[in-house]
Amino acid sequence: MIYEVFRQERKGQPFAHAGSVEAPNDEYAEWYAREQFGRRGESVALWFVPREAVHEIDEFVDELERNYHRVDGYPLKEKLKEARERAGTQTTK
Amino acid sequence: MDAREQQFLEYVQSGGQVETSDWMPDDYRAKLIKFIEMHGNSELMGVLPEREWILRAPTLQRKLALTAKVQDEVGHSQLIYRVVEDLGKPRDACLEDLISGKSKFHNVFHYPTKTWGDVGVIAWLVDAAAIISQKALLKCSYAPYARIMKKICWEESFHILHGRDVILTMMNGTDEQRELVQEALNRWWGPLMQFHGNPIPAEDDPMYIWRIKSQGNGEARQQFLDGYVPQIWELGLTVPDPKLRKNEDEVWEFTEPDWDELKHVVTGHGPRTQERLDLRRTTRDETEWVRRTVLAQAA
Amino acid sequence: MSEQAPKPPSNTVLRGGSRVDALLAIADDELILGWRNSEWTGIAPFLEEDVAFSSIAQNEIGHARALYQLVAEELSTTADELAFDRQPEEYRCSAFVEQRLVPDWARTIARHYLYEQADERRIKELMASDDAEIAGLAAKIDREEAYHRMHAQMWHERLQAEPRYVEALEELQPLVDQRGEHVPEFEQLWNEMTEVRRSVAGATW
Repeated sequence: MIYEVFRQERKGQPFAHAGSVEAPNDEYAEWYAREQFGRRGESVALWFVPREAVHEIDEFVDELERNYHRVDGYPLKEKLKEARERAGTQTTK
Repeated sequence: MDAREQQFLEYVQSGGQVETSDWMPDDYRAKLIKFIEMHGNSELMGVLPEREWILRAPTLQRKLALTAKVQDEVGHSQLIYRVVEDLGKPRDACLEDLISGKSKFHNVFHYPTKTWGDVGVIAWLVDAAAIISQKALLKCSYAPYARIMKKICWEESFHILHGRDVILTMMNGTDEQRELVQEALNRWWGPLMQFHGNPIPAEDDPMYIWRIKSQGNGEARQQFLDGYVPQIWELGLTVPDPKLRKNEDEVWEFTEPDWDELKHVVTGHGPRTQERLDLRRTTRDETEWVRRTVLAQAA
Repeated sequence: MSEQAPKPPSNTVLRGGSRVDALLAIADDELILGWRNSEWTGIAPFLEEDVAFSSIAQNEIGHARALYQLVAEELSTTADELAFDRQPEEYRCSAFVEQRLVPDWARTIARHYLYEQADERRIKELMASDDAEIAGLAAKIDREEAYHRMHAQMWHERLQAEPRYVEALEELQPLVDQRGEHVPEFEQLWNEMTEVRRSVAGATW
């Protein structure tokens, strides 16, 4: 069975995918994960999980314009210039 | 090359990264497997000349360091063969092809180690030559391989320091110890110069075209010489090549390496090739029952 | 599946003999067993286990080093001199650890399993020593050895249905307590182990 291993380099850091090990069960997988990705103390924590338990998503449907919930949906430059001119607070560029 | 392949080619040549589940041209996949498999083979075979010295290490510190270095190399082969397996070639098939001589491994691991001087020279200079190629592979278009190269390069950095420490200690020691180093260097210089392969221009190298490699063989060799010839000379050691010098254009000149020897060795005719492959075969056969019992069984 | 618990050793290394003898016996065992286990590096049954078993071997050599350092202070010498510069007959390791078992994984695991159990008992005795230095070092060693015991147990459970493993346990069990005579190949092993070191007398490596 293939197990995916994730490692945390320092406390507070995200767990990142480190690689995979082949093992017959969880007990062996723990050994091999610790050895391959932690024998030098290079990780403060590891997660290991059977590969089939990891599900991948790599397709995201975004057909209609959805900039309403992103920063690029809010170009404020022109509106701000107009509002400042109105209030007489527009400084020369 | 059809349109889809052409598009893929342009993608990787402009720095695009490829993941395991992405579509890739058959040729790209085949070249990738062959290249990465050879790297895995080399790490696994590189263990054999070095492990002979674990018993003979002259201090406890050296014994531990050498064991750890060899362990790292086994660990690298594990990481590398996993990448190959995810590309479609199982580990067992890789090991079978290695043992039968169908696939190759780097020239340097076909030679004998004769003295403790070899142990130092290998860790210092052979690993240095390897790390130059490996640093270039950090930019490999195939991302899973590029990612493991990061860990591999990080671990190799201790190997080179260990090698340098072994060499410096001997150079600061007795005349006999200095002689051990020079003698080992004399024997290893030829294979070292051949290591990066014959100078096929990058544009003609399929590995470079697909951006599996990001540097040509000649360029890698120049980098090696730039980095390590000064380190060799500053210790008072000589390099057994009277033509070796850096010219006015900042390019190293040297006696043309023996490309026939390189071909002869990597096709399975090195001084220790058969003996080492035989050792792999017998230990694999003797431990077949373990894999059947442990890996084949369901948890 | 039940099996007989191994019987306790008939002569603990710590009974009789000096403190130095006792510590050297453990150190020599760990050095030689560490070497024997490291003989699997590169050729173990599969790659993941190769890496794991190599760490166990390194730990053992590390334990030997720490023990030699303790003794070295008392004898005004160095760990390396104790490890390498004695004559073969002065080593106190047991025949049990000296045997070369590669490429037999069944006997290797059987020895690993039996050794870790016997070693646990003597380390626990050291942990109870009134010498703070010894007790402290023993506690550190024990924390590492706990992992070795887990590893041995894991493999023992996996292999206990295999006839060749059961046979190996039966064959090796009586040898655990034997001490006093080296195996015939020990002198050759010592020659090879000290070959580089002896090649340039007194050199620094």
